[in-house]
Amino acid sequence: MNAMVSDKITTPDPIPAPEELLSVQGLKKSFGTKQVLQDVSFHVPHGGIVAILGRSGTGKSVLLRCIVGLLPYDEGQILFRGKNVDTPPFRAPLLKACSYVFQHNALFDSSTVLENMLIPLRARGELSESAQFQKAKDLLGRMELEDASNRFPAELSGGMQKRLAVARALVTDPEVVLFDEPTAGLDPIRRNAVFEMIVKLQRESRFTALVVTHDVQEALIVSSRIVWLDAGCVAFSGTPSAFEAQEDPKFSLFRDNLQALKQSLR
Amino acid sequence: MWFINALSKAGSLSCFSVLALFHIRSGGTLPARLIRTTYELGIRCLPVISIVALFSGLVLGLQGHYVLARFGASGMLGTLVSLSLCRELAPVLAAVMMAGQAGTALAAELGIQRSTEQIDALELMGISAEGYLVGPRLLVACFVFPVLTALFTIVGITGGWLSGCVLLNQDGHSYWSAVRLAIHSKDINECLTKALAFGLLTVALCAFQGFNAHLHGEAGARSVSVATVRGVVLSSIAILVADYLITALLV
Ligand SMILES: Nc1ncnc2c1ncn2[C@@H]1O[C@H](COP(=O)(O)OP(=O)(O)OP(=O)(O)O)[C@@H](O)[C@H]1O
Ligand SMILES: [Mg+2]
Repeated sequence: MNAMVSDKITTPDPIPAPEELLSVQGLKKSFGTKQVLQDVSFHVPHGGIVAILGRSGTGKSVLLRCIVGLLPYDEGQILFRGKNVDTPPFRAPLLKACSYVFQHNALFDSSTVLENMLIPLRARGELSESAQFQKAKDLLGRMELEDASNRFPAELSGGMQKRLAVARALVTDPEVVLFDEPTAGLDPIRRNAVFEMIVKLQRESRFTALVVTHDVQEALIVSSRIVWLDAGCVAFSGTPSAFEAQEDPKFSLFRDNLQALKQSLR
Repeated sequence: MWFINALSKAGSLSCFSVLALFHIRSGGTLPARLIRTTYELGIRCLPVISIVALFSGLVLGLQGHYVLARFGASGMLGTLVSLSLCRELAPVLAAVMMAGQAGTALAAELGIQRSTEQIDALELMGISAEGYLVGPRLLVACFVFPVLTALFTIVGITGGWLSGCVLLNQDGHSYWSAVRLAIHSKDINECLTKALAFGLLTVALCAFQGFNAHLHGEAGARSVSVATVRGVVLSSIAILVADYLITALLV
């Protein structure tokens, strides 16, 4: 087991290169005696889409929450544009630049769908009221949610709520977007649509994305870098093609799950 | 030890309230939020306040009629009813009823918003969750509690008149003139000061409990129930303690 973990392809370099927008160095986090993140280090390049993969319960959500400061961590550093963002006053530039898609959506349930889109726009206060309205409507349209704009989140299906959560995060044209399972619970067509939208918007506005997902095949297609978490450590960090080239069953079972299922049932 | 603990809790409660009022404009749409809060805190509590006020007045009129008759002082009924309502009963009962109706709703709503990460989402959008969610409620409490307390007093005095004069055949004219003579501006002052203080205390305590629902070692639905219970119990106690202190200071 240990031999496998140390079998990393690329050890992330300790000093971030200038093009790295966000870097996580030696992050450790435990809940009581349970150590969830043991030593997590990786870099997110400017304008890239980094997919974070890993089995359920390895601490992907905890990692994202630590990055934005929703959870305090025990040790390590988080750098944004080369500056430490460990404590609240220094975290402000990161928070200003980033949006977050929560795993359980965190929609404002006493506001309508349209209001949910307008709240982050108003908080920025950069656009005029009619421009905010137009922008929210546009993105709702692209997410096939325009008919629902006067409904409340509780009246939407699970997949619609997820799409609303993604739309709400993207409406402010953020520089960095942290997606915690943006496609969980979507049908294959909608799942593709969400990934397509993330990539298209990413090309338009050049944001940097950190995507936690269980859709390995899709992640391999859309991302520029794969970070694979296992047992609280980064077990792999590198390009999608390097990930695909991995022979180790630890990776291949996870990556080629359909073949693995077929084989085990044969 | 417990004293230091209580003091630090009081400190964080005051910081929370000051922060909420300071960042009240955060997130925009302040007028809409104020209107919604006025409806929740004020209009929705009208029925319960009116009913409790009416029956408090009726009972006071009844008791007063018989007790004062023992001393041959039946003519003092208006004085007794109006002063006890204005100085003591109306502020306390109205605030306790508001804690039960609006305070619980507030603690539960904020508790759910905490446990479903809505508060985290607001913070990440750069909106002060205290200011956006709690600020308007504190501000609205400053005028809704005094208004409802005044209403309580008026309905209560009318209740006293109903039981004393309409049902028990005392002279209505002398009842109302006794009321007019009894109430001075000092009494009205005391009534409104208490209402203001109780309003701020109730809303701040219930909001604080709901907002920090995750800090009591529970999660999910249980954290909401714990926060709601703590909110309403603590604010009821705080109302009575503050009542004693304000009375001692003002009398
Ligand atoms: N607030 C918490 N208190 C205690 N333990 C926690 C807490 N949050 C997460 N954990 C633990 O941390 C571990 C990682 O949780 P996390 O939610 O990050 O998993 P994940 O990788 O996102 O899984 P999934 O893919 O299923 O979402 C889990 O074992 C979980 O039990
Ligand atoms: Mg997760």
